[in-house]
Amino acid sequence: MPAERTLADARARTAWVFLAPCLATMALVAAWPLTRTLWFSLTDADMKDLSAAKLIGLGNYVGGYGVLSDPDWWRAVRFTLVFAVCSVVLETIAGMIVALVLNVRFPGRGLVRAAVLIPWAIPTVVSAKMWGWMLNDQFGLVDHVLQRLHLTAEPIAWTADPHFALFTVILVDVWKTTPFMALLILAGLQALPTDCYEAARVDGIGPITVFFRVTLPLIRQALMVAVIFRGLDALRVFDLVYVLTSNSNQTQTMSVYVRDQLVGTGSIGYGSAASTVLFLLVGLCTIATIRLGRVHLGEHVQ
Amino acid sequence: MASPMSLLAALGLAATALLAAAPARAETLSIACGSIGKELQLCQSLTADWGHRTGNTVNVVAMPPSDSDRLALYQQILGAGSATIDLFEIDTIWPGLLGSNFIDLKPYAHGAEADDFPSTIANDTQGGRLVALPLFVDAGLLYYRRDLLEKYHAPVPQSWDDLTATAKRIEAAERAAGHAGLWGYVFQAKAYEGLTCNVVEWVASRGGGAVIDPHGAITVDNPAAATALDDAASWIRTIAPEGVLNYTEEESRGVFQSGNAVFMRNWPYALALANSPGSPVRGQVGVAPLPQGTGADARHAATLGGWQIAVSKYSHHQQIAADLAVFLASRAAVKRWAVEGGYTPPIPALYDDPDVKRANPNFALLLPIFRDAVPRPSAIAGTRYDAVSSALWNAAYRVLTGDAHGAEALAGLDRQLHRIERGGW
Repeated sequence: MPAERTLADARARTAWVFLAPCLATMALVAAWPLTRTLWFSLTDADMKDLSAAKLIGLGNYVGGYGVLSDPDWWRAVRFTLVFAVCSVVLETIAGMIVALVLNVRFPGRGLVRAAVLIPWAIPTVVSAKMWGWMLNDQFGLVDHVLQRLHLTAEPIAWTADPHFALFTVILVDVWKTTPFMALLILAGLQALPTDCYEAARVDGIGPITVFFRVTLPLIRQALMVAVIFRGLDALRVFDLVYVLTSNSNQTQTMSVYVRDQLVGTGSIGYGSAASTVLFLLVGLCTIATIRLGRVHLGEHVQ
Repeated sequence: MASPMSLLAALGLAATALLAAAPARAETLSIACGSIGKELQLCQSLTADWGHRTGNTVNVVAMPPSDSDRLALYQQILGAGSATIDLFEIDTIWPGLLGSNFIDLKPYAHGAEADDFPSTIANDTQGGRLVALPLFVDAGLLYYRRDLLEKYHAPVPQSWDDLTATAKRIEAAERAAGHAGLWGYVFQAKAYEGLTCNVVEWVASRGGGAVIDPHGAITVDNPAAATALDDAASWIRTIAPEGVLNYTEEESRGVFQSGNAVFMRNWPYALALANSPGSPVRGQVGVAPLPQGTGADARHAATLGGWQIAVSKYSHHQQIAADLAVFLASRAAVKRWAVEGGYTPPIPALYDDPDVKRANPNFALLLPIFRDAVPRPSAIAGTRYDAVSSALWNAAYRVLTGDAHGAEALAGLDRQLHRIERGGW
């Protein structure tokens, strides 16, 4: 027994030694900034003079001057949630269709698979600027084509009208991120066993039933992981909205709101509080998705 | 044949030799300059001249074109107490925000600042310290298409109602004649600092005050201001394209300069460009004071703008940097800004200078506009000006998009400004 215990102890020690670099890195790049943000959120720190920061407790969160009582913050939360739900649902459906098509053998499949990735490969700021010009109400290609086809009578201000802006941002995000979803789902599809399909064929089951009864349940894990990834990204969306829209508080996402407070007005304390609330909201959404989707992260799927 | 590498090496040697030949006290300074129009080119050429004369080297660091992005960058550099940039080119509204990071230039200017517009010097003086010296001034102007006004026998509008009526009339007639893409008026209505400039003009020209009065009282929630916003909202989709809600200066200029607008609100820089070779509206563009409202306190109002040079207190070479700042703001240097770049000088006497007049025949018209220009509430709001401005442009944006009426949005703005004030400026 003692010998075994020493052996186990030695193993545990070795494990810690191997884990140490990883833990140190995590502490440096994740724990430290998070703690600092949390600390700043309890102060009235301002970019103009950081040394004058005083502890003010939860004043940045609650009370008359807190982020939780700012209607603009809640508008940003609503905008972000609608954006996240709509874009992720559309991207999942579109990504699934693209993945199913790319999973079928046809000549030139490799080329098509590579080409599909182009929207994802373009840096977001570049594609957002590109779309900004195409959607410009005076010189834009999109309005020009729509008017030529007599689908619209006059140009639509896609990015300027706050009611259209949400739709436009979702549209561009779907264009950009569908390839990413398709890629993740395709990876799931390629790992599927062929025997189920053979059995289905022997039983003479139609392709639609096969998709819902065989394919979908089998790739559910891969799909949920992809959805969580995208959901996290969508809740933190910044670049696309910042570049494409007018940035009024009617079309702000949570990240744009945080940026405006932190960098725009230099309110480090208040901005950190908003950033902490954003972090908690994203965390909550992730936990909820994992629970509801019964996803087993890092466990054996059985 | 010399390879690129050996060429580089030779150049390096030559540079080293030059450096060695320079005076022993030679220093290297860094200056942050804007990059809109000919700004960067002039900054490089002028600092090179100064460097040549004094034996120092100046690195010109180009800054992002967006005002808000540049401010964010400056705040980060100065907030960290960094000495990497010695001189900063700053906007009119920033002395209050950033002033504590800059040195007092009064001892170095030797009274030369007395030649500048007093309003500009007052703006650059924070707590008795002259924190920046002006390079050029800006004010909002009404641009109009001379050919179109003549064609329809319309005078240059004096009131906002005239502008709306004339714009509607010409727009309708020209569209009926086949110019489908023509709009009456373009301005800056994206949710950013430019919208604040427009709102300050709309409100002040109708006698609605200056948002926050000099004593710190928040005065923006008044009927004249509400009318100003409601009137502006009525322009959208009638005389202004809906896209104006996402326009900054350059997008408005794009529409106007391609011949698709009768009127435009913009800064003086657009005049030289609209009349440059290759511009479709060359020779057809006139400028005038922006229209005024009706009523007792109505007046022509232009938002005061402009750029100044300031020296960082974290700089390791404050004295030399101050010398460069004084040089850049000197009469000879700002004259070059005016003659070579079309930038309106901060020294009133230069508007009578023959060279300046020859290069910019329209400048004489601008002098009275600058004299009466309205400042944004940056002096009183100080370090909280950016929050004030953001609240203002967001409230105006709500009205322009039809989300709220003027009075409703201003009541909300009033509450928000009190929230930012937290009991005192």
